[in-house]
Amino acid sequence: MSANSSPSRGAYKVIDHVYDVVVVGAGGSGLRATLGMGAAGLKTACVTKVFPTRSHTVAAQGGIGASLGNMAEDHWKWHMYDTVKGSDWLGDQDAIEFMCREAVSAVHELEHFGVPFSRTEDGRIYQRPFGGHMRDYGKAPVPRACAAADRTGHAILHTLYQQCMKHNVEFFVEYFAIDLIMDDEGACRGVVAWCQDDGTIHRFNAKMVVLATGGYGRSYQSCTSAHTCTGDGNAMVMRAGLPTQDMEFVQFHPTGIYPAGCLLTEGCRGEGAYLTNSEGERFMERYAPTAKDLASRDVVSASMTIEINEGRGCGPKKDHIMMHLEHLGEDLLRQRLPSIIEISRVFAGVDVTKEPVPVRPTVHYCMGGIPTNIHGEVIRPTADNPDAVVPGLMAVGEAACVSVHGANRLGTNSLLDLIVFGRSAARRAAEVIKPSEFVRPLPAGAGENSLDRLDKLRYAKGGTRVAAMRDRLQHDMQTHAAVFRTQDSLQAGVDKIRDIWGCLEDIHVSDTSLIWNSDLMEALEFENLLANATVTLESGLARHESRGAHARKDYPDVMIMNGLNILSRG
Amino acid sequence: MVELRLPRNSTIGVGKTFPAPSGAKNVRTFRIYRWSPDDDKNPVIDSYEVDVDTVGPMVLDAIIHIKNEIDPTLTFRRSCREGICGSCAMNIDGENTLACLKPIKSIEGDIKIYPLPHMPVVKDLVTNLDGAYAQLRSIQPWMKADTAPPPDGERRQSIEERAKLDGLWECILCFCCTTSCPSYWWNGDRYLGPSVLLAAYRWIADSRDEHTGERLDELEDTFKLYACRTIMNCTQTCPKGLNPAKAIGHIKELQLVRKL
Repeated sequence: MSANSSPSRGAYKVIDHVYDVVVVGAGGSGLRATLGMGAAGLKTACVTKVFPTRSHTVAAQGGIGASLGNMAEDHWKWHMYDTVKGSDWLGDQDAIEFMCREAVSAVHELEHFGVPFSRTEDGRIYQRPFGGHMRDYGKAPVPRACAAADRTGHAILHTLYQQCMKHNVEFFVEYFAIDLIMDDEGACRGVVAWCQDDGTIHRFNAKMVVLATGGYGRSYQSCTSAHTCTGDGNAMVMRAGLPTQDMEFVQFHPTGIYPAGCLLTEGCRGEGAYLTNSEGERFMERYAPTAKDLASRDVVSASMTIEINEGRGCGPKKDHIMMHLEHLGEDLLRQRLPSIIEISRVFAGVDVTKEPVPVRPTVHYCMGGIPTNIHGEVIRPTADNPDAVVPGLMAVGEAACVSVHGANRLGTNSLLDLIVFGRSAARRAAEVIKPSEFVRPLPAGAGENSLDRLDKLRYAKGGTRVAAMRDRLQHDMQTHAAVFRTQDSLQAGVDKIRDIWGCLEDIHVSDTSLIWNSDLMEALEFENLLANATVTLESGLARHESRGAHARKDYPDVMIMNGLNILSRG
Repeated sequence: MVELRLPRNSTIGVGKTFPAPSGAKNVRTFRIYRWSPDDDKNPVIDSYEVDVDTVGPMVLDAIIHIKNEIDPTLTFRRSCREGICGSCAMNIDGENTLACLKPIKSIEGDIKIYPLPHMPVVKDLVTNLDGAYAQLRSIQPWMKADTAPPPDGERRQSIEERAKLDGLWECILCFCCTTSCPSYWWNGDRYLGPSVLLAAYRWIADSRDEHTGERLDELEDTFKLYACRTIMNCTQTCPKGLNPAKAIGHIKELQLVRKL
């Protein structure tokens, strides 16, 4: 590809860059990685499709988990125990140990960066209880979620962006990453991106690419995820012929507001909120006698779904559950859950200081993703080395699967994952990358395939609009990759998704501009969603057991793996 | 009398009309500013008739519906759809706000949608905010402390000290306030604007930050700070209910007090 290449039609202006590291994505993990790499003296660029503080980390509410012990005795071992159990024994226990031990220093570091955490009487970081977080190996809930009111993600994301400004990191804002650049030896050599502002194509040649592209919640109709959560990095990795892991595990958050789907933090229940069915019963006491409303999310979402399916849902359609906060008192709510008051008022017309708010399980988090080790290096297992890494490629955050969340993530462990592994990836990059070393030229023809794909979509004039295709995908995922799954339903889902692949040629893109062509960008994002959805359904079909977020009606038990008895799920 | 001539491209023409589907019951007309960077035509107002019974309650729901079902070329920023990311800031019904938090029902008559005022338009409702971002950077909005933090713990901050940050740190950088300010319209190159001044005061008010004097020195400027004329559009328009005018007032007060 020369400076002006002409694929099928029209010319594209291509600009080349050379960096030590290119981070794709500017959410919590991307910014933490970028910051650490920049501060370590590596020439670092952060390429992001939205301005950093618009990334979806900003919507995290309840807190970041760490056993600081500010409100009650706590220990990283208890945090680790809860996380292993919460993952339904699928998480990587070494990685979980690493995360929980690193948590305390990672949160203190955030405070030193300036995160405006809420405070205790003695001036320490305020902590609240959260689902699945217990003291003494599962005995009783412990306050472990370090919180900035109910806007913890906002507080952390803005602070990380501030730190990046302080360290003079280079950002490429509103650049849409299209594909990885791989060489013949299977190493990652860079990334191709499209600048929305002026329509130019950019090839970033880098010693290391870090994917921090988040989840793919938007493959579902109803999700707490932002419109931008389209699994771009996962799909880039798949197109490069690399594996993804645990993609069947998609978490439904128990309390998405009904019907809009916006998140109401688990911190509500951490502060004492509870759920009731149409009979006014606090049904969680039946399903989880110890943890009750603070059981882990897979358990609460499944229990709510059973209540609704058995006819005890609320409202005229009996399709939701009520969450009560009114007994907590207006003062506490205004101080600790101000966003919840606001979101409930705006999206449900409910005053939570006086009446319950309608909620239902809503797609929230993708446990699966790009397999990595604890240093963020992407793994591509070979016959003789299950831990073989892909040279030049890292993944962090929701896009990655370390796996610390296994089959079900505990609340507050996502923000923690971002910070701990973003930092860990930065440390490793500083070890393995020598700034003085020459950056090899890109392979011949690098990025041409991506540009051809872009060009083909740009002029696609089939009979079906992008939005119509996406609606169909989202509807199929909502129906077939739901809270409860069966072989027949998953098989039907797989068949429908294959149909969509067959119809791809029929896609229609109306806008042919290269500047801020959000129609074309949504088409590229749709292709990414489709790739993620396909793997989610196929993996779900192949997993003949119930574990964490993957609840199979036809296989209600957990499989016993490697002779390890993991049936005691308590 | 001085004769002023506006730039040619400031004249907005009449665009296309997209009629409601037959059988639509509750039709509202969305009149939306359109401008393409790809030709040298003037901006136009396109009219979209939408059956609002078939879309969600917010203006953002309607414009997403328009993009999905009527005109995929309509261009705007959006992300979280719950008022926390600040992407979908635009001028709706004459007021800067977030489309995701603005109920269609709260508007009477046609729903008129324009980009944020007085910012360069990139395309349709997408404005270039680079100037405001650069101004944000200029106030060094990060923690500055010379005292090393405790190596194995947090800096202490009392509940009362932390409460001073409430109403400041929650800003989502949507710049609804900044782009509603007549002072900023006139002197946007030199006046920092309410959003950036709110960010500046957030650090001045933080008990952990040790560079208050330096921060105040930087702001002591005829334009940067004092171009604020207490018009209060900022506070009136903030979709998050914050009060930038009050924060600016506090900065001015501190400037005065330290001279006494």
